[in-house]
Amino acid sequence: MRYIRPLSIEDAVGQLAGAAGPAAILAGGSDLLVRMKGGFVEPELIIDIKAIEGLSEIRETADGFSIGAAVPCAALGENAALNKAWPGVVEAAKLIGSKQVQGRCTITGNLCNASPAADSVPALVAAGARALIAGPSGKRTVPVEAVPTGPGKTSLAKGEIIEAILLDRRAPRSGDAYLRFIPRTEMDIAVVSAGVNLTLDEHGVVKSARVALGAVAATVLLVEEAAEALIGRKLDEAALERLAKVCAGACRPIDDKRGTVEFRRKVAGVLARRAATTAYARAGGK
Amino acid sequence: MNFDPRFAGRNFTSVGTRPIRPDGVDKVTGRARYGADFNMAGQLVGRVLRSPHAHATIRKIDTSKAEKLAGVKAVITAADLPDLTDGDAAMYDILDNCMARKKALYDGHAVAAVAAVDARTARQALKLIEVDYEVLPHVTDVDEAMKHSAPVLNDAIFTEGLEEKPAKPSNVAKRTQYGHGDVHQGFGQADFVVERSFKTEQTHQGYIEPHACVANVSSDGTADLWVCTQGHFVYRQHCAQLLGMEASKLRVTSSEIGGGFGGKTHVWAEPVALALSRKAGRPVKLVMTRDEVFRASGPTSATSIDVRIGARKDGTITAAEATLRYSCGPYAGMWAELGAMTAFACYRLENVKTVGYEVLVNRPKTAAYRAPSAPMAAFAVESAVDELAKEVGMDPVEFRIRNAAREGTRSSYGPVYGPIGIGPTLEAAKNHPHMKAPLGKNQGRGMACGFWFNFGGQTCTDLNIGMDGSVSLAVGTVDVGGSRASLSLVAAEELGIAYEHVKAVVADTSSLGYNDMTDGSRGTFSSSMATISAARNAIKILRERAAQTWDIPVEDVVWEKGHAIAKGEKYGNLAALSLKEIAAKSGTTGGPIAGHSELVADGAGVSFATHICDIEVDPETGATRVLRYTVVQDAGKAVHPTYVEGQYQGGAAQGIGWALNEEYIYGKDGRLQNPGFLDYRIPVCSDLPMIDTQILEIPNPNHPYGVRGVGETSIVPPLAAIANAVSNAAGVRMTHIPMSPPRILAAIEAERGD
Repeated sequence: MRYIRPLSIEDAVGQLAGAAGPAAILAGGSDLLVRMKGGFVEPELIIDIKAIEGLSEIRETADGFSIGAAVPCAALGENAALNKAWPGVVEAAKLIGSKQVQGRCTITGNLCNASPAADSVPALVAAGARALIAGPSGKRTVPVEAVPTGPGKTSLAKGEIIEAILLDRRAPRSGDAYLRFIPRTEMDIAVVSAGVNLTLDEHGVVKSARVALGAVAATVLLVEEAAEALIGRKLDEAALERLAKVCAGACRPIDDKRGTVEFRRKVAGVLARRAATTAYARAGGK
Repeated sequence: MNFDPRFAGRNFTSVGTRPIRPDGVDKVTGRARYGADFNMAGQLVGRVLRSPHAHATIRKIDTSKAEKLAGVKAVITAADLPDLTDGDAAMYDILDNCMARKKALYDGHAVAAVAAVDARTARQALKLIEVDYEVLPHVTDVDEAMKHSAPVLNDAIFTEGLEEKPAKPSNVAKRTQYGHGDVHQGFGQADFVVERSFKTEQTHQGYIEPHACVANVSSDGTADLWVCTQGHFVYRQHCAQLLGMEASKLRVTSSEIGGGFGGKTHVWAEPVALALSRKAGRPVKLVMTRDEVFRASGPTSATSIDVRIGARKDGTITAAEATLRYSCGPYAGMWAELGAMTAFACYRLENVKTVGYEVLVNRPKTAAYRAPSAPMAAFAVESAVDELAKEVGMDPVEFRIRNAAREGTRSSYGPVYGPIGIGPTLEAAKNHPHMKAPLGKNQGRGMACGFWFNFGGQTCTDLNIGMDGSVSLAVGTVDVGGSRASLSLVAAEELGIAYEHVKAVVADTSSLGYNDMTDGSRGTFSSSMATISAARNAIKILRERAAQTWDIPVEDVVWEKGHAIAKGEKYGNLAALSLKEIAAKSGTTGGPIAGHSELVADGAGVSFATHICDIEVDPETGATRVLRYTVVQDAGKAVHPTYVEGQYQGGAAQGIGWALNEEYIYGKDGRLQNPGFLDYRIPVCSDLPMIDTQILEIPNPNHPYGVRGVGETSIVPPLAAIANAVSNAAGVRMTHIPMSPPRILAAIEAERGD
């Protein structure tokens, strides 16, 4: 096994593209090291991206935020501007693992691990986040929901590395929220989760909405019908009922050790409803 | 031996105080050495190959490719552990569990092992071992295993305990029955009868430290074993017997222990490590992974229990009956029997009957888990008692007080009780502020009682007084919860010196006589008795030395507050001699001063507890939150109250995990799906409230200080207390443990008729 620590994204991409055997990107390592220890992966090349300039920074730009691929989740919580603009994304990032894990793990890693139960992904999908990808043939940007294609699988081509996650500049009267269900209080993995992102008009009517559900299908679901249930309305009881029903219906869950189909459907609706209520309040809705 | 173990009231100086434990600093600074912290020069890495099948005949194992891999020093199978058990069925089961002989009986059953120069080579070697399995139908559920259609695990097992020997083998290894009176008649007198069926899923002890050992077999046939265990003397016996060694040729040293809770009373890896070392001619370290710990060690029984209890309008129970089915894994056990014995032990009953069935399933061999079998029986009985109290229209505490056992009661399992604590714990619970605290929306309160026998057993202790007057205490019971501190307090108390001058260690098997293991809540109970005896033997010598120094008869020398005192007016001018002074001169007065003790600590006082808890249930998700938890338990005498409280809190914490989320989940393929702490959900810190404790002290008449064991009883009431609280909060009776959110939500919705 070979460990390298390139100083530029171009070098990292070149090494990754040129690797003969299995290679892995190391940022926080909170997934990779566990998988290696469990004997699930045996990479021949490990590319540590933490020394690459800019990858450990959160930058606020004219367009919004750029969160480097090596920024640990704990740093998201310490960034006041990001907290103010995207509290739902930040609260999702701060639910991963434990305090110690959050000091290492990254939202990019969470996305690339491609678990349907990843905590930060539904919040990112709801937020309309994009991934900036560097590869052998240059850079491209895709919506985050296009990255995971199934459990443990991504659409990244050979040699491609996500450099940063991009979040838009916030429109006025916007709010987002993320909730997950776990049987414990922490150190657990989502049984069901929901991210909701809303923008209101001057009258408190929902102008735009994005609703994403986690752990209820092979990938995180962006539920457009759920957004439609909210758009054009204040967050009245009927809208919330409709939201819960649509979300329950959109789930394609499985029975497994973490929960039943029936449980996941019901709780998806409950969480979507609760997250929407929080997002609405954060957007200034009354 | 003329040691008198009877309780004698006294005013304590050291006992009952709360000094810092002698092992504390090393544990918090990382210096303490646990099972995996020991290393030897030339040591190899041992790894075990395990069956992926729940039930399969092993046709053939080909180890030749693994043996040829560079760096592999030994490969073993059952053939390297020949059967030396000589008709001892229990030992044969242990042997077969350590290394499958003809059949793999559960997912994770060891089938072969390797010792190699490093972990990578050992892992590669395991992949090169070819096992030819014939996969057989399996059964993992306790009720399914009892059906006639179930695959039979062992053709040689015919249900014991039936009037006639059955014609066909079955998965029911044994039927046992306890009780007295006539339940049929008793139910005839009842105005109200509650009858319900309950299930509990299998849980693991969940100790943080995995099983770990280093074995070193010398070419002269002697051996050393460093191991994390609750009982190194028992491990020595078992390993020596399985390997064909004389016990004295095997020295076993117990490491610090990162939790055992009954799960480290059984050998798994140790005979394998010894066999590997014997074959390789080098030391072998074997550390189980967490996955292996879950799949192949521990767990407790899964159960299915029917309970029926009747009471008159005035709240008197007239009859109580239970049928208890406990899974044993693939080998016969006495788990249901313990459930049948403990089920109704809290109550004064005229008519009681319990029947236990030991059921074989394709799961790991059941091991003891803290008051083994009692929590599940208490869950079923205390749930039904709560319901019955409601039917009668009585407060659940009052109802229990009315029916509680007391001194002179004939227990449901036979013996007549001496002075016991069930009544006092109930009265204390009734008067506890917790009982009167207000509850909010979706919140419920529950309470329950629990019983455990406690155990005494064989114990051997040495107490040596150094020439500087400090005392070293060598005990043979592994310290699982602060017993070195407690035993040092006892030695200090008896000798009349300061706690700081006593240092207790757990001695290896070559340094002391045989000790039973630390189980049955016996560590502090039995070793304190032996320590008192050893100290009194040392005091006898101290008095002799003083008498010799003064040249007076020893009968005229008494021992008080750490000093020899010449008794009587005629010795008025003799200044008292301190222990330190006598010790300083010991070289010239007859040599080292020591006290030795070997005894069977009979009369472990039975133990009772009452727990109260408040739970909030989210009716939309089934999520639960433990808001408040109180433990009231009789300690007899709390030697070190902080560690008694620690035992109370630890048992409650484990019970909370068991009640709410912990369970073994098997797939249809018979494989364990959650062999790790992510999906086997023990509570984390933030899941628990501060667990409040109240220690009652009802002296055990059979111990000089009145001590009772305290370690196990605290896990008996929680399943029931929490089930009663959840049932009250959710408005529906919960009958299946763990009460995970999907189960609670399903029960709420079924009740609503959704």
